[in-house]
Amino acid sequence: MMNDLLHSAPSLSNTLIFFALGASLLMIVLGFVTYAILAERKVMGFMQLRSGPNKVGGRFGLLQTVADVLKLLLKEDTIPKAADRPLFIIAPVLAFAPAFMVLAVIPFSDSLRFSDIGIGLLYYIAISGISTIGILMGGWASNNKYALLGGMRSAAQMISYEVPLVMSVIGIILITGSLNLIEIVDAQKNLAFIFVQPLAFIIFLIASTAELNRTPFDLPEAESELVAGYHVEYSGFRWAFFMLTEYVYLFAMASLTTVLFLGGWHPVPFLGFIPGVVWFAIKFSLVVFIMIWFRATLPRLRADQLMSFGWKVLLPLALLNIFISAVIKEIWF
Amino acid sequence: MELYDLYQNNYLVVLMFLLLGILLPMVALTAGKILRPNQPSKEKQTTYESGIEPFHQSWVQYNVRYYIFALLFVIFDVETVFLYPWAVAYEKLGIFALIEMGIFIVMLLIGLIYAWKKKVLKWM
Repeated sequence: MMNDLLHSAPSLSNTLIFFALGASLLMIVLGFVTYAILAERKVMGFMQLRSGPNKVGGRFGLLQTVADVLKLLLKEDTIPKAADRPLFIIAPVLAFAPAFMVLAVIPFSDSLRFSDIGIGLLYYIAISGISTIGILMGGWASNNKYALLGGMRSAAQMISYEVPLVMSVIGIILITGSLNLIEIVDAQKNLAFIFVQPLAFIIFLIASTAELNRTPFDLPEAESELVAGYHVEYSGFRWAFFMLTEYVYLFAMASLTTVLFLGGWHPVPFLGFIPGVVWFAIKFSLVVFIMIWFRATLPRLRADQLMSFGWKVLLPLALLNIFISAVIKEIWF
Repeated sequence: MELYDLYQNNYLVVLMFLLLGILLPMVALTAGKILRPNQPSKEKQTTYESGIEPFHQSWVQYNVRYYIFALLFVIFDVETVFLYPWAVAYEKLGIFALIEMGIFIVMLLIGLIYAWKKKVLKWM
C-alpha cells in the first residue's frame, strides 16, 4: 500500500494519509516505550534476584509504567527562576522531534515501511545528531552546575562515539553500494551482514550503546556524581520527554541494528513461513534484550576511559574495518 | 515524472514525521497544563544544588578540552562525508579510488596519531 501511495502524485489526501500512518507508528512506539521500560525493570529485577514491579496491574506489573506516566502528567511543572526560560522549554522538544523523525526511513518489513529515501542511512545519522543539541541546550539552560556538567559530558560522549558509529557502517555501504536501507536489507537475503562484517557489528553495538547514553556509558546521568545529569532541573512532563527521547532512540537504534546487521525482515533458513514483521520483531527484541543485559551486568566507565576507548580503540578499528572490507570486496565480488 | 513524484512523496512523509514529533510534546504539555496543579513558591523555583543555597551562575567559562574534542569530531565527520559517496560508488571507481582513499585515510590517521602523541586524547 505504501508503495502505491509513494508512487502516486502528491496530494492533500495523500498527505493526510501519511500523517495518519505516522501517527499510528507514533502510537506503536509509545506502546513500545511503555513496555520496554517495564521489560527493562523486570529483566533487571530477575538478573539481580528480585522481582521488579509486581503490584500495579496484576502479578507482572503490567500497568506500572502507565501509572508512572499518569503521575508525571499530574506533577507540577517547575522552571527555576535562574534558568533561561525559552531555551528550557524548547530543549525537550528539540531532543524528541529528531528521535521520532529518524523512524521515517526504517523499513520494518517488505510492505510496512514509510519513507524510501535513497540516502536513508545518511539521513538517520544526520538527524540523530540534532538530539545532542537538545540535550546540551537543556543542560545549559537549566543554569545548574550538575546539569551543565551532564550536558557537556553528554555532548562530548555523543560526538566522540558518533565517529566510530558512522565509520563502522561504511563496510556495509561498500558491499551493498547503496545508502538506501531497503536495498541494504535486500542485500542480506542469503547472508546477514553480521557474518560478513563481524568487526563492524561489534564496533557498532558498542558505539550505539554509547550514543544511547546507556549503562556502561551512562556518564551524562551518573547518579552518584551528577545527581541526574542534564535533566536535574526538569520535572513533570518535560522530564518525561527526555526519558521518552532515550527510549525512542532505543527503538530506533535497535531497528537500525536489525536492518543493518541482522538481515531485517528476512527469515532464518527453513523458517520462511513465519511472516517478515515477526522476524523483524524477534531480531529487534533480541537487540533490546542485549542492551538491557549490558545495563544489568556492566559497571560504569570513568570519563577518561570512555574518551580514550572511543578515540584510541574504536576509531582505529573502524578505519581498519573499512580497509578490510574494501580489500575483501576487491577480491571476492 | 514518476521519479519526481516518488521523491516528493518521500520527503512529504519525512515532513509529516517532523510535524508529529513537534506536535506530540506540544499536545502533551498543553494537556498537562490543564491537569496539573500550579502553586509556585520562591523556594520551589531556586536552582537545585544538593541542599545548599545556590551561589553564582553556572554559565561560566568551560574547560577547553571539550572544544578540542569538538574540533576532532568535525575533522573526522567531514572525512565520513567523503567516505560515504566513495563507498557507494566503489564498484564504478575501482582499484585506483581504493588507493586514493587509502592515502586519504592514512593522512587522517597521521593527524590522529599526532593528536594522540600531543596528549589531546587524554582526558584530564
